[in-house]
Amino acid sequence: MKNDTKVFLLKVLIHLGALIPLVNLYFLAFNDKLGADPVESVIHFTGIGAFNLLLITLSVTPIAQLTKQGYLLNVRRLLGLYAYTYALFHLVNFLSFEIQFDGALFISEVWKRPYITIGMAAFFLLTALSITSINKLKRKMGKSWQQLHNVSYIIILLVAIHFYWSVKSELTSPLFYFAMAIMLLLFRYKKIKRLFLSTFN
Amino acid sequence: MLINIPTKNTLKDCNVTDESVYLERRSLLKKMGFLGASAVMSSAITSTAQAGFFSDDDKEKVKFQTKALNFSKDSTNEHLLRTPENKVISHNNFYEFGAQKDQPLALSQGFDVAPWQLKISGECDNPITLDYDNLTNMFPLEERIYRLRCVEAWSMVIPWIGFSLADLLKKVAPNSRAKYVAFETLYDPKQMPGQADRRLGGGLIFPYVEALRIDEAMNALTLMSVGLYGKTLPPQNGAPIRLVVPWKYGFKSIKSIVGIKLLEHKPPTTWNKLAPKEYGFYANVNPNHDHPRWSQASERSITTGGLFSRNRVATLPFNGYGEEVADLYKGMDLSRNF
Repeated sequence: MKNDTKVFLLKVLIHLGALIPLVNLYFLAFNDKLGADPVESVIHFTGIGAFNLLLITLSVTPIAQLTKQGYLLNVRRLLGLYAYTYALFHLVNFLSFEIQFDGALFISEVWKRPYITIGMAAFFLLTALSITSINKLKRKMGKSWQQLHNVSYIIILLVAIHFYWSVKSELTSPLFYFAMAIMLLLFRYKKIKRLFLSTFN
Repeated sequence: MLINIPTKNTLKDCNVTDESVYLERRSLLKKMGFLGASAVMSSAITSTAQAGFFSDDDKEKVKFQTKALNFSKDSTNEHLLRTPENKVISHNNFYEFGAQKDQPLALSQGFDVAPWQLKISGECDNPITLDYDNLTNMFPLEERIYRLRCVEAWSMVIPWIGFSLADLLKKVAPNSRAKYVAFETLYDPKQMPGQADRRLGGGLIFPYVEALRIDEAMNALTLMSVGLYGKTLPPQNGAPIRLVVPWKYGFKSIKSIVGIKLLEHKPPTTWNKLAPKEYGFYANVNPNHDHPRWSQASERSITTGGLFSRNRVATLPFNGYGEEVADLYKGMDLSRNF
């Protein structure tokens, strides 16, 4: 199979894998078939979905390097954009169904609750990465594009902290996710060390 | 005298398959590999049909049986819009059966409530132990339609059935040293999977313990509940007997109680031990004292409707029961004693 065909098929799989659960989720939620509190369910589902997709996006490069399958890098952008889509739904769910468009409450929650502040920061950074994924902008930005997109290493840590701080007592899952994030960053140990030194020297 | 002469075919007691073995027969078959062989032979369609008729989890399918109760109706609160029964019994925080809201329903249906023993002891003149039947026949039962406010900022309206804790305490005659009333949930990791598995149990320390000041316990609103919506409690709601303290956050209303002890000193309580800055001993519903990680000023009231029900309402001090209970806390700084 040609690499182009492989990329095409992978992209089809990614579209289906990301969209079907989302459509299913809202179909159930609109029909009140998502448990007693659909609001909590949609917020948790899209939140953890965004985190999963971020982890998958960040594992593409290490996998491509380890398996020497360079064509895999062609699906990174699509995965990243779906991570952003889930994050956007997560925020919209919180704003419209949990907070129910109470502007003052939304602002005070973002301001006063560290885990929501951090979540919002991650969301804004992710927005910047998504907008600059347009080819035209990418070309215009030249070298600074890569610099900006290195921010994804910070985003994954912010998201891990956001999850950890949001739970009431069950810490196993947040700690597991934290470990996954750290593992993916360790794959890039040399690059991150270089970035760190060049920023502070 | 009847002499029973067994023939070759008569089954003896020891031949009867143990119920647990019977219920697990399919997984036993699976382990022996028989099902694997039959699956190869049968077509996809028949195996789907089999899954429908003889599912692996026969035990899960057997729903816990609740019984109808005799009680007097709560006519004063009839106007309150109640949370539908199917939501009340499917959205539960009962970490003994799993920390996710839907797990208690899924993992508790085999829970055995009879025989049950509720021991009331400590600083009192007549310690007693109630058995399962006593829970519903010792006191006349009444319906109480109460708002329940969870510390997670959602709420329900539930028609409980039960009797005043005060009536029970009067029976045991607390002495002058009794300043606090401590409660304890059953500890039985065999029946409560959350107690056996730290991850499922959300990292709580079991058995779950809670406590009230004696004057809070004697307040007329404080209810020992044995039922809801006209029937005995299902396990996920705290069968066979639980506490309901409507002016406090839900975690104070301890479930499946086996022990009540009158004490001179303040005992430890489960959530307070786990995170003292987030969950106080009093845990009175208070819109002016936020949880460190979320606002308590308003709540989502779970009634009918799905995603689009506009159900965010202002939270009331003492969950709207200030008239009955505010006096208990006269002169106390409620933001320090949260």
